[in-house]
Amino acid sequence: MKYMNDTVVMKRMKSRLQVNKVWKTIFIIATSVALLALIVLLVRIVTQGTGYLNWDFFNNFGSRFAEKAGIKAALVGSIYLMLVIAPVSMILGVGTAIYLEEYAKKNKFTDFIQMNISNLAGVPSIVFGLLGLTIFARMLFLGKSILAAGLTMSLLILPVIIVAAQEAIRAVPKEQREASYGMGATKWQTITRVVLPAAIPGILTGSILALSRAVGETAPLVVLGIPVILQFLPDGLLSEFTTLPLQIYDWAKRPQEEFQFVAAAGIIVLMVLLVIMNSIAIFIRNKFQKRY
Amino acid sequence: MVELMIKNEENKTVKTSAPFIGEGQKVFEKNTVFQSKNFNLWYGDHHALKDINLDIKENEVTAIIGPSGCGKSTYIKALNRMVELVPIVKTNGEVNYRGRNIFGSDYEVEELRTRVGMVFQKPNPFPKSIYDNIAYGPRIHGIKNKKILDEIVEKSLRGAAIWDEVKDRLNQNAYGLSGGQQQRICIARCLAIEPDVILMDEPTSALDPISTLKVEELVQELKDNYSIIIVTHNMQQAARISDKTAFFLNGEVVEFDHTDKIFSTPRDQRTEDYISGRFG
Repeated sequence: MKYMNDTVVMKRMKSRLQVNKVWKTIFIIATSVALLALIVLLVRIVTQGTGYLNWDFFNNFGSRFAEKAGIKAALVGSIYLMLVIAPVSMILGVGTAIYLEEYAKKNKFTDFIQMNISNLAGVPSIVFGLLGLTIFARMLFLGKSILAAGLTMSLLILPVIIVAAQEAIRAVPKEQREASYGMGATKWQTITRVVLPAAIPGILTGSILALSRAVGETAPLVVLGIPVILQFLPDGLLSEFTTLPLQIYDWAKRPQEEFQFVAAAGIIVLMVLLVIMNSIAIFIRNKFQKRY
Repeated sequence: MVELMIKNEENKTVKTSAPFIGEGQKVFEKNTVFQSKNFNLWYGDHHALKDINLDIKENEVTAIIGPSGCGKSTYIKALNRMVELVPIVKTNGEVNYRGRNIFGSDYEVEELRTRVGMVFQKPNPFPKSIYDNIAYGPRIHGIKNKKILDEIVEKSLRGAAIWDEVKDRLNQNAYGLSGGQQQRICIARCLAIEPDVILMDEPTSALDPISTLKVEELVQELKDNYSIIIVTHNMQQAARISDKTAFFLNGEVVEFDHTDKIFSTPRDQRTEDYISGRFG
């Protein structure tokens, strides 16, 4: 008795192939929607914004007049902000990841910490803004400074960096650690000479991506009351400042139509900044990836 | 767990079936490097090593054979406390290295592993240059002088019989070498810390026959200067290269004797069954 009757099999073949085709089409449509939205957005912004992209735009401060409005303060402010976020979040994040992966014993307490870190990554950024307002701006009297905003943003992206660093550290084969321990190396020597060199590409990639999220973030800054238009450059970490997303937000909500174009020009600058950061992340990942 | 430990305490005085060196083989007494006394080890609730009593002498090759899961790898990893990387491990009894209990509270594990080197089952060079691989051990122990490091690297690579093959490409990544060469690099890396004992955990199981032969020859050469304990699932290998052989079964030492005796006239029926291929 044959179970696979040829004629029946051929008859079913057609409908199987049909179903396959239908699903394939659905997936293509799903992809196209996202792609289309992105293209529309890009085209709109580029056509609106390029007219305003010139040297004056980079060299001018904010203004009531669209022709005179520039992003100097915002661009410099964003860069200053990054200079605070990058070291603070990476030192804390990588340190935590090393502790959890290499030193901490696996028990209920570390499980609890681990779970909370993962959950923190999903907490809305505005909540971090409130935290920053309470602790850094008010309790520590940092006000609307770069430092207050930088520390708040560092907390915001800390969970992401911790998780990324943990994954990179975990990906280092245990045979490598055994080889090091087997020669009498201490934990610290093993971490600095074997684990970190292998994990650093992954850590950097994750950190840069997290940093680019912080650069594009607005909500916590709004809560902190960071000004949207400034006529001067920050002169230190305790100085007031503004950032690109805030400046764009301010322009976009203005009634005059010209300011929509200025906002578009600002968005182009912000996007180029983010594309550059992500490219660096990809470059690091490809260049330094180690194979075992 | 508690019950088992109490039982061991009671057994201590009764237990006299410790393996001995075969009778009639009166040789001059060599120093003992590792002496295990009623050594027990648990992975969680699993009793992996039961009342191990073994005396391992210096400048000999001691082979540990037995079927999978008999505890032979666990035992060798206990000798440099590598088992402690598994968090659920518990031990009791003693393992004395040159007269000092390595599980004693005052024994730093880094000190032990500086004297007792290890070669692993899978070749595990670092993704660094050949030179940096060999210099890793000396460097972690604080040697920075380039000239001294150069000398150690050459001496170690010569010691592992791989100098001629790699001397022209010391700065190339060790991953470019074949599996057999990588394993000899790992042996050289182990020699670079000038250990007293070398533990080898199935060092040839991932290698082709020719590389295996080279490693075996190397083991023969090394025993003049080092004490070697080698775990192997390959009985012919144990017969070829070892002076003494311990047969492990279900976490116990069934028999420990001169290799030729184990393989010609084993005292225990289980040993005979195993070496004649009836199980395992």
